[in-house]
Amino acid sequence: MSLYLSIAIIALIFIVIFQIAKASEYVSILKGEEESRKQNNKINGFLMVVFLVLGLVGVYLCNVYLYPKTLLAQGAASVQGEKVDQMLFITLAITGIVFVITQILLFWFAYKYQENENRKVFFFAHSTKLELIWTAIPAITLTVLVVFGLRNWFFFTGEAPKNAMVIEVTGKQFGWIFRYPGHDAIFGKKYYKNIDPATNSVGIIWDDKYSQDDILTEQTMYVVKGTPVKLIIGSRDVVHDVGLSHFRLKMDAVPGIPTTMWFTPLYTTKEMREKTGNPNFAYEISCDQMCGNGHYSMKGIIEVVDQEEYDLWMAKQKPQYYTAFPDKDPTAVPAAATTDSTAKVASAKM
Amino acid sequence: MSHEEVLHSHEGHGHDDHGHHEHHETFLSKYVFSMDHKMIAKQFLITGMVWAVLGGLMSVLFRLQLGYPEASFPWLESILGKWAKGGQITPEAYYALVTTHGTVLVFFVLTAGLSGTFANFLIPLQIGARDMASPFMNMLSYWFFFTASIIMLSSMFVETGPFSGGWTAYPPLSALGDASPGSKSGMDLWIIAMALFIVSSLLGGLNYIATILNMRTKGMSMTRLPLTIWALFFTAVLGVLSFPVLLSGMILLIFDRNFHTSFYLSDIFVNGVGALSNEGGSAILYQHLFWFLGHPEVYIILLPAMGMVSEIMSVNSRKPIFGYMAMLGSLFAIAVLAFLVWAHHMFVTGLNPFLGSIFVLLTLLIAVPSAIKVFNWLTTLWRGNIRFTPGMLFAIGFVSLFISGGLTGIWLGNAALDIHLHDTYFVIAHFHIVMGVASMFGMFAGVYHWFPKMYGRYMNNSLAYIHFWVTLAGAYLIFWPMHYEGLAGMPRRYFDFSIWESFKMFADLNRFISTVAMIVFAAQLLFLMNFFYSIFKGRKVTTLNPWQANTLEWTTPIRPGHGNWPGEIPEVHRWPYDYGKDGQDFIPQDVPVGANESHGH
Repeated sequence: MSLYLSIAIIALIFIVIFQIAKASEYVSILKGEEESRKQNNKINGFLMVVFLVLGLVGVYLCNVYLYPKTLLAQGAASVQGEKVDQMLFITLAITGIVFVITQILLFWFAYKYQENENRKVFFFAHSTKLELIWTAIPAITLTVLVVFGLRNWFFFTGEAPKNAMVIEVTGKQFGWIFRYPGHDAIFGKKYYKNIDPATNSVGIIWDDKYSQDDILTEQTMYVVKGTPVKLIIGSRDVVHDVGLSHFRLKMDAVPGIPTTMWFTPLYTTKEMREKTGNPNFAYEISCDQMCGNGHYSMKGIIEVVDQEEYDLWMAKQKPQYYTAFPDKDPTAVPAAATTDSTAKVASAKM
Repeated sequence: MSHEEVLHSHEGHGHDDHGHHEHHETFLSKYVFSMDHKMIAKQFLITGMVWAVLGGLMSVLFRLQLGYPEASFPWLESILGKWAKGGQITPEAYYALVTTHGTVLVFFVLTAGLSGTFANFLIPLQIGARDMASPFMNMLSYWFFFTASIIMLSSMFVETGPFSGGWTAYPPLSALGDASPGSKSGMDLWIIAMALFIVSSLLGGLNYIATILNMRTKGMSMTRLPLTIWALFFTAVLGVLSFPVLLSGMILLIFDRNFHTSFYLSDIFVNGVGALSNEGGSAILYQHLFWFLGHPEVYIILLPAMGMVSEIMSVNSRKPIFGYMAMLGSLFAIAVLAFLVWAHHMFVTGLNPFLGSIFVLLTLLIAVPSAIKVFNWLTTLWRGNIRFTPGMLFAIGFVSLFISGGLTGIWLGNAALDIHLHDTYFVIAHFHIVMGVASMFGMFAGVYHWFPKMYGRYMNNSLAYIHFWVTLAGAYLIFWPMHYEGLAGMPRRYFDFSIWESFKMFADLNRFISTVAMIVFAAQLLFLMNFFYSIFKGRKVTTLNPWQANTLEWTTPIRPGHGNWPGEIPEVHRWPYDYGKDGQDFIPQDVPVGANESHGH
């Protein structure tokens, strides 16, 4: 009912506006078209300045209100992120100046040079000098931005430092799987046809001796504050993207083609909770590439901790090999499970 | 045959032919299967407008979800059925709406609706030709577009829903029906519609190029062409060179989907299905093929708007366009660079960093010709005598939006910033302002300016003024704050942000944006009312040249028939921008150069 009512009201508003507009057309014919055209010209010329002033004030207010909500206000949480932020501000300064100047000129000219019978227009078809000036200035400015940008780009995409901790990240619909290489610091080989969602979610080849100490976790990844982290990123099904807004980085996860990204976290999760004043703060991994209906809920968490806490956490992790083959697990009590697990091994090999 | 001879023989031919046409016109041949470029232009325009309304409505629906994620609207269920169970849009429906909104607006509205309309309408009229080089191919171009439209529309009614993987349709998501219900038969229809659409734009594009190169009237040298024609020419060239690449990409996708090839597929395990047998393909290959069209596509959308804005701005400033040759050179530079920057959409796909750096350089280079254009428009206004016709208002709005959206392109084109901003709302803000709304403004400017030529009547000015100011202010209110969301890393294509600690603080802002979006959409209905009402009841045009413009279309009768000029096609003696020269307000192109006229262009 209320729906029909609101449709009726909206329709009524439209009809009213429409009738007024039509009436104004008749009035203009009565008044003389030339006369009313001039009047309209004045009104629109005036609105140009109004729009300019309100617009610039709006831009300022928008910044006052929204800037604190952007993550820029709390600062980046990685070495890379700080460089991104620095570049953001340089780019903002340059484009901001151009924005303000050109918008002022545009609306000011529109206002100032609105039709006036006494003005003789200036026949000004071209000027090589002016054209050269505004080819050269943008070109020089852009060179500065390109140089800054590429220096950072090559730093971001360059080799990770030798001491970097290496973690493999695999995206799937709709979640994240993390693999640590274990004591040997080498990942076991994997093949996607070995994937078993229950015990081997990334398709590790168990025959590879390096694979047996690999550790798999889901949803939460632990990294150490101040230690560079290198991610080897892949996907199990469609294209995903590891989006790290607090670290200001992202990289696609493409099935069949591994990609890499590295960063050095600067603050632990706890420190960020204090810094932002938000007790629920978390480093969230957002999937930034459309991956299906659950795309919006594909969340992972990065826990940044200090070395001590990391070692404690790591000590508690069990290699995935023992989850897949509980009978091989030295810590588990061997006995009843034996027959059961051989059946599983047989089925896994099929 | 020399160039001159072609012109002459055509002229004579057209003259003889004329007159015959109007005798055997039936309803079908005049309004439906018309070969008159003006009628085909109107067909493109009105089909484009239907799509614009549908596409706009879709955005209102998904903005409703983004603005009010917790609320439920029972009336949604009555119109969307199972797609809005309990009055709340499902994620599936949300993604289908977002995808269709993108596809429709980019291709059906801003490509077919914009360049289809104005290339058809303006090319023969402004170069002095009786029709297109091949009127029949021109008709086919429309009917391929129409068929594509019908198929795209029908994809919305299949049981598994329309395609929902984003307008860019990246595989494997778009290739695997098991990965997303929208990638089942909805996607097959989507590809077929797109393939037909590409055929349509190729038929159109070849025709535009052939017409501009061969059928200019006597005296209309290439450097006397209005900038609209130059812009439409480059648009057609871009389309003809890049759309086939997209077609080939789509064909490979069809093979992967239906014939078990592995062009784009490798190492895939789908939940609930298991490991697929495809190995060795590259999902990134599709992105290269897609963006090889996708980036020129941006300019296919933007250049016609730039051309029309240049023309309308010069006419209404009563002053020549500043730097005609620089405008032309920058159009050319943009057209060339358009082909060399596609991988800036792919900085975070694992692209070789060195290759990435080349694309950074080439991308930022585009800012130079763009800056030249902006400064030239500003100088055109400077010391002019501006008439704020609705067309002129939208042209000024276009420049404002082009500046705002163009400058954020400098952010995104720099890989070191894109690595943070890619696929966030910053990108949404950037391309909606610079490509979406700005080109829409170009289109509105064109419609308001050439409506008297199309229908022999005026549109209502008061409605047009309301339409302009609401739309300009609204566009900024909607998209400006989105930059801030993007700076926070808020990803695009999210159905709901409430579970994200990093993004949920923008809930209020999203509600604000959604509310404004609905108001702005409603304001577009004013335009539609104005348009259709004025076709039948608008104030009649009583003079040949209502805007006192120089170009040839205003030398035709108020309602030109098929063939455009009842007598001979006028000869051209000058460039189209002699406004305010030697104290004369304007000197049309067909006026011979006077004995003591000062040297101009």
